[in-house]
Amino acid sequence: MKSLEELKAIRERMQGQVEFRAENSDQIRVVVGMATCGIASGARPVLTTLAEEVQKRDLKNVTVTQTGCIGLCQYEPIVEVLEGGKDKITYIKMTPEKAVEVLEQHLVRGQVVEKYTLNETRL
Amino acid sequence: MFPEISLHILDIAENSIKAGATRIEIEVLRRTAERKLTVAVQDNGCGMDAEQLAGCTDPFFTSRTTRRVGLGIPFLKASAECTGGSFFIDSQKGRGTQIRAEYVTDHIDCIPLGDIGATVYSLILMNEAIGFFYRYGVDERQFTLDTDEMRALLGDVPFASREVAAFIREYLEENQKETDQEEIL
Ligand SMILES: Nc1ncnc2c1ncn2[C@@H]1O[C@H](COP(=O)(O)OP(=O)(O)OP(=O)(O)O)[C@@H](O)[C@H]1O
Ligand code: FES
Ligand SMILES: [Mg+2]
Repeated sequence: MKSLEELKAIRERMQGQVEFRAENSDQIRVVVGMATCGIASGARPVLTTLAEEVQKRDLKNVTVTQTGCIGLCQYEPIVEVLEGGKDKITYIKMTPEKAVEVLEQHLVRGQVVEKYTLNETRL
Repeated sequence: MFPEISLHILDIAENSIKAGATRIEIEVLRRTAERKLTVAVQDNGCGMDAEQLAGCTDPFFTSRTTRRVGLGIPFLKASAECTGGSFFIDSQKGRGTQIRAEYVTDHIDCIPLGDIGATVYSLILMNEAIGFFYRYGVDERQFTLDTDEMRALLGDVPFASREVAAFIREYLEENQKETDQEEIL
């Protein structure tokens, strides 16, 4: 069995590096809706994929979080991208693959992936 | 409905989070000889009064405002009961809520447990301020994970940092694999 003792070594390694996650104004928040309809339509793999990709690529300015109901059941799984001073972008009907695309285009390069966004006319 | 029991557990734990819980305990226990799988979620959130408790297994009862039906609890109840299993809920206003569902695993309508590791992993990572206790058991074998213990060992190193997150994932996966295995003699 793996034991929690390994965390001690991780802590020692990490503390040498100091700034793990300085929350600042450039921080991008990525929010995944995890209400019942989100979970039913596949929000969990979208969330874990986003969290893992952000860790893997060491994107220090991106925080992945979850929320409850976003109120747009038929468009779940939904991922919102919130960035200081910019309009909120709402991505709909996400899959792990689409989420990786959003991560590469939008979160890394700053280019919104329009084809997956909820645009007003669809409402 | 959900294709996996582990998604029900995630959904029920989301209720606990919404109820402001600071401590959530999740148990998954399999008794192979009896073909039973019991899952339980307990929290110290705001709880429900007697009327809410009586109503919450009815889909038309919900405190939500965006949709007029609450589905999480009725879904879990139906998915357990349709296997010949059982469902139990208790709650006290101001104290917390306890939910338990028992599945008969060899019933044709029994859905698989699914990726319970992913459920626990995402709950822990997304809710660092909440203390999670998780127990996974198969017959005599079991392992546990307590995020309060993790926090004590890690100091202020975030769970969402790469190495810690990878550790949590591996811890859950490897220990589950060992727990699932028949004793090798
Ligand atoms: N752990 C809990 N603590 C306090 N109240 C709860 C808890 N779980 C459920 N409830 C109450 O029971 C209601 C019904 O829960 P249920 O999960 O069935 O639906 P919902 O959460 O309202 O909506 P949905 O799960 O469909 O997104 C909730 O709205 C809430 O008022
Ligand atoms: S009720 Fe479906 S997104 Fe909230
Ligand atoms: Mg719910």
